[in-house]
Order: sequence, then structure tokens, then C-alpha cells
Amino acid sequence: MTTPMVEAWHVSKRFGSLVVLRDVSLVVPEGEVHCIIGPSGSGKSTFLRCVNHLEQIDEGELRVGGELVGYEERDGRLHELSYRQTAARRSRIGMVFQQFNLFPHLTALQNITLAPSLVRRTPAAQSRERAMQLLERVGLADRANAYPMQLSGGQQQRVAIARALAMDPELMLFDEPTSALDPELVGEVLQVMRDLAQQGMTMLVVTHEMSFARDVADTVIFMEGGRVVEAGPPDEVLVAPRETRTREFLARVLR
Amino acid sequence: MSSSRPTTPLPVVRRRRLGRVPAMIVVVLVATLIVAALASNPRFEWGVVGEYLFSPSIVQGAGVTVGLTVVAMAIGILLGIVLAVMRQSGGVILSAAAGLYIWFFRGTPQLVQLIFWYNIGALYPKLSLGVPFGPQWFSVDANDVVTPLATAIFGLGLNEAAYMAEIVRAGLTAVGPGQREAAAALGLSRWHSLTRIVLPQAMRVIVPPTGNQVISMLKSTSLVSVIALAELLYSAQSIYTRTFQTIPLLIVVSLWYLAMTTVLTLGQRQLERRLNSGARGLRPAAAAPRPHE
Ligand SMILES: Nc1ncnc2c1ncn2[C@@H]1O[C@H](COP(=O)(O)OP(=O)(O)OP(=O)(O)O)[C@@H](O)[C@H]1O
Ligand SMILES: [Mg+2]
Repeated sequence: MTTPMVEAWHVSKRFGSLVVLRDVSLVVPEGEVHCIIGPSGSGKSTFLRCVNHLEQIDEGELRVGGELVGYEERDGRLHELSYRQTAARRSRIGMVFQQFNLFPHLTALQNITLAPSLVRRTPAAQSRERAMQLLERVGLADRANAYPMQLSGGQQQRVAIARALAMDPELMLFDEPTSALDPELVGEVLQVMRDLAQQGMTMLVVTHEMSFARDVADTVIFMEGGRVVEAGPPDEVLVAPRETRTREFLARVLR
Repeated sequence: MSSSRPTTPLPVVRRRRLGRVPAMIVVVLVATLIVAALASNPRFEWGVVGEYLFSPSIVQGAGVTVGLTVVAMAIGILLGIVLAVMRQSGGVILSAAAGLYIWFFRGTPQLVQLIFWYNIGALYPKLSLGVPFGPQWFSVDANDVVTPLATAIFGLGLNEAAYMAEIVRAGLTAVGPGQREAAAALGLSRWHSLTRIVLPQAMRVIVPPTGNQVISMLKSTSLVSVIALAELLYSAQSIYTRTFQTIPLLIVVSLWYLAMTTVLTLGQRQLERRLNSGARGLRPAAAAPRPHE
């Protein structure tokens, strides 16, 4: 049996006195797509941010590819790693944000080549060529020299996906990638994500797009109040949920 | 209901602002009086002004003023960035140290600081490098190091850093946290995140007030005349203490400062225009994406 891509065991997280994650455990095997759904404030983004150590967890254990992300185990304790060491592990995890977070002072192409050339020291010509391939893949080869503000929201998000892919991640995290988009632009971004899933990328996706979850996800995880309430295949969780709270949530969003 | 539309656009008659005319008359009158006063009073000695305007020691003094401005400003900007980053670092000690520095230098007059640094030799006759109360590796006479030039450069630069720190900090906070997060998520180091992502975007906020600081620094360099460094003002002073042509030489000095600040102001305008039109990518997204749920 191979090690799962993501393993979370009894993860808890507080902001001051506010408990945001309570005893969250989940496993994402390699090559699978897991979608996290749940009401606003249930801790979905926070969990995702813990996976690549943008937030620190207070308890539990979080591994990506079998390795702890922001910590190392020494004499029975978890010691936080330096920023540099964490950065090295983070570079294997791609992240796509709700607000895209493209670098506005760089062109689409430069956004994509930046990390490979700075972090991996990939030669300029090579990272350029790879960036062009990625832009091709997200259907934006003709916008390589555009600045983010010259692109539509959907195009910006596709560049952001290409930017994350340029680091050859073994895992992609998506935090509501289509929530900031006008409805008519949602489809193009979801299509890129579907293609990615098809090609076997391991993905952990926070989303409100139930049709995407139903079609693409291997597992749907319903979170509420910082807990995993229910998790399972989409046709169980989305079609015939066991928990009342899941049912109530679905009734609200699918109305 | 049918309201007939005029077939040709109606001409617009602007209201005359009559108040302007009396105001203009007053301004012209006052200006004439000032020019007359300048020209008719022989004690201005315009001939002497012309004589000294390009005299070697004055030109040299102006050169020193420019040099001091450039070097002190460079120290101020670099140290200011360091202080601003320290304040934002999240580290309690670093942030407190930077805060203390800024508090001290902004809270005491530049002139007092300069005189203080100049007299540091009275406090520490020997400056040495080594373990306190232990072996010394390196030791010099304070008077050899604390020259007027060194005092001027560091006295002005250290003070400037406190102001630049606040300017840079405003620039850094203007860059949203999402930018750092995106950089971190890509595995960029702190250094690259700062130098490639945050600082370039902070420039739009940092550059305009820095222009004002340069102009202000150019004028502040005149303070170092009190420690006998031959910049523009001191050069003029050494002439008029001999010749007693105080007023004409101060006019010479003022003309030089005016010329230099004018050049700086024009340069600043040019730079800001370039910053606003050139880097399209730096402007905030015209249409912020609307959340929909
Ligand atoms: N940096 C922070 N400091 C304090 N509280 C925070 C912070 N980030 C998130 N929270 C709180 O943690 C809780 C969970 O937030 P989180 O963003 O993870 O929810 P979410 O499930 O992603 O919600 P949404 O669907 O609205 O994005 C919320 O109550 C939020 O206010
Ligand atoms: Mg969220």
C-alpha cells in the first residue's frame, strides 16, 4: 500500500479562544480528488491553509506525501521548521486562492516563470518554454504578455492555476477557486480543473460548485463548526446524506 | 406629452467671476512693490550677487551639498527599509528596537543630533572593537574618525532613516497579505518574497513621499554648516565673515537652493508620471471581482 498524499490525524486549530478546527481527520490517496463543502465559517479555508502550513495547527498531525509539512519529529515532539525548510516542502504543493492573488506587477508569463527560476533555479529559456506549455494547457497562450488587470477573472484564475502547476506539484489545493467569478466565467475554470483531475492530479478542493463535486470528486467531505460531519462518495454524501446537518446544508445550497 | 427639442445646441454663457479682477490688481501691485524694493535698495548689492554666484568656492560648496544629499539619502533609504522590515517582522525584540530607534530620531532635533555626534569624542575618546572589558582587536582615536564629513553623512543619514522607515512601512502595508501568501505557497524565500513581490508593489506608495524627503534633505544639509563642513551655506559664510556682504551671499545661496530644488521637483513630477502611466500592472485591478454565492 502506498502512502496517501494527504493524511490529517486529529487536527485542531484555534484563533485565540475561537476553536476553528476540532479533531479533523482525513486521508486523500494519491490521484484522488476530494471536495470539502460546508457553510461559511466552518473552517474549510483554515484547514486547507494548514495543509501547506500557511497556518499553524495546535494539535494533531498533518502529512503531505508522508512528510510533515511545517514540522519535524525529534525526540517525540514536533518542532516547527524554519521558513526556508518549510518553503522547500511548500514548493511541492500548489495552491489556488479565491482572489487569485496573481502578482499584479508581472505579466502572466512572468507570474508563471518566477517561482521555478527563483526556487528551482530553472534556466530562463526552459522555464519560459514550460510556462508557454502551461498557458497553452489553460487556453491562454495568446495572453502571455498581459498583466493580470488586463485579464478577466476567469483568465486570471487560469493563469494562477498554471502558476501553481509550474512547480510540478504533487498536490493541488483549491480554495473556492470560482467563488469570486462572474457566473459566466465559472465554467472555463472548472474545465481546467476537470482536465487536471482527469490527468491524475491529487486535488483537495474547497468549493460551492455541487455539480463539480458530484462529477469529479472521489470523496466529498462535509464540514461544519470545525468538524468533519460526514465524508464519502458524492452519490452518498450529496444524494443520500446520513447526517441531518448535511441534509439541511444541501437543502439550502441546492434550493 | 411632447416637449419640442431644440434643433441646434444652445450656446453656453459663462458667468464672469468679477472678484478675480480686483484680486489680480492687488497681486500685481504687491509684486511691483516687491520688485521695486529689491531693485532700489542698494544694500542688496546685486553686483556682489553676480560676482559670487559662480565663484569656485560657492560652486564647490553646492557640489558638496549635492553629494551629501545623495549619500545621506542612500543611507536613509537602505536603513529605513531595514527598520521597516524589522517593525513588520513580528519578532518582538526586532520590532521594539526599530520602534525605539524611530522614536529617538524623530523625537530629537536634527541639529541637536549633529552637534551631539560631532562631540561624541568627548564621550568616547577611543572607539574600539572587541569584547567589553575584554581584549580589543581594533582601536582608533575618536577624533580621527569623527570628522565633519563622517558626522554630516551619518548624522543626516541616521536621522533620515527614521522618516524613511515610516514611509517604507506605509508602502509595505499597502501590499495585501494575499501577495505574501501566494509567494509563500509557491515556496519563495522570505528574501525573494520581499524583494520580488512586496517591495516592487510598495514602490508606488513609497516613491512620492521619498521625493519630498530628498528635497527636504537637500535643505537640511545646510545644518551641517554648524560643524564647519564646507557645503553651500558654510562656503558662503566663510566669505561673508571676511567681507561682511552677508545679504548678497545669502541671496547667492538661496538662488542655488532654489535652482536645485526646482530641478528635483521637476524630476519628481516626471518620475511620478512614469510610475502612474508606465507600470500598468501595478495599478489595482480596475474591476474588483464580485463574490457570488
Ligand atoms: N486569521 C484569523 N484570525 C482569527 N480568526 C480567523 C482567522 N481566519 C479565520 N478565522 C475564523 O475562523 C473561522 C473559520 O474560517 P474559515 O475561513 O476557515 O472558514 P470557511 O469555511 O473557509 O468559510 P468561507 O466559506 O466563508 O470561506 C471563521 O469564524 C473565521 O472568522
Ligand atoms: Mg473560505
